[in-house]
Amino acid sequence: MAKSIKLRAKSKDGVATVKALISHPMETGLRKDKKTGKIVPAEFIQEVVCESAGKTVLTAQWGGAISKNPFISFKFSGAKSGDTIKISWVDNKGNSDSLDSSIK
Amino acid sequence: MNQNRRVMLKGSLAAGVVGAAVGAGLLTPKAVLAAWSKEAFEAKEVDAAMKGNFGSTDAAASDKIKLKAPDIAENGAVVPITVTSQIDGTTHMSILVSGNATPLTSTYELGQTTEAYISTRVKMGKTSDVIAVVKADGKLYSTKKEVKVTIGGCGG
Repeated sequence: MAKSIKLRAKSKDGVATVKALISHPMETGLRKDKKTGKIVPAEFIQEVVCESAGKTVLTAQWGGAISKNPFISFKFSGAKSGDTIKISWVDNKGNSDSLDSSIK
Repeated sequence: MNQNRRVMLKGSLAAGVVGAAVGAGLLTPKAVLAAWSKEAFEAKEVDAAMKGNFGSTDAAASDKIKLKAPDIAENGAVVPITVTSQIDGTTHMSILVSGNATPLTSTYELGQTTEAYISTRVKMGKTSDVIAVVKADGKLYSTKKEVKVTIGGCGG
């Protein structure tokens, strides 16, 4: 199930710019359902890990205050076109997903 | 009668599968998420969140951290934030929103080749300061910017 992640990684002058969009509800656990008045249970991504060519380039820990359908962008050097890139996430309910791609 | 029996069987089977999935799910995050600090992310105050996350609240104000955020956020549910650090040896970056129920939004551990640049989108409950905290060579640096929120992004 790698449908939740959209990833684009481009390398320019040895620096790769990674942009990722994850579709996820990111419920804080504080919001009330307008119809039922009950609190919507928390469901948010806790950890996002990005690896490239076997090395971890970014480990992100998130709380519920990251927007719904999170977007993240970062850069790392030493990247070549064609290097593998893998991004994965785990949420507080134990759901997870990952996507393998390559740097353009 | 037979019909009911079928339904019952299906129901219990489905429940069993869900149960197993939850059981498996509960085991994985503990193993993977050793670093996720419940104390920091559930802290209600900026200082407590800082302490839970970095173990210290002592952050020096620095103009070498560039925090890019809108002056006015029309929709508090989606506030784009970009943090760039020009401090050598930056290893960790965090984004806090002082007015949120739980101020710590996210924290990033950079790899050796990763540049000190993070762009993401956060939720803001009300007008307050966005604080970027950077850890470089074991020291903490921070910068902040006030963002006016016209429609809150938390609750509703």
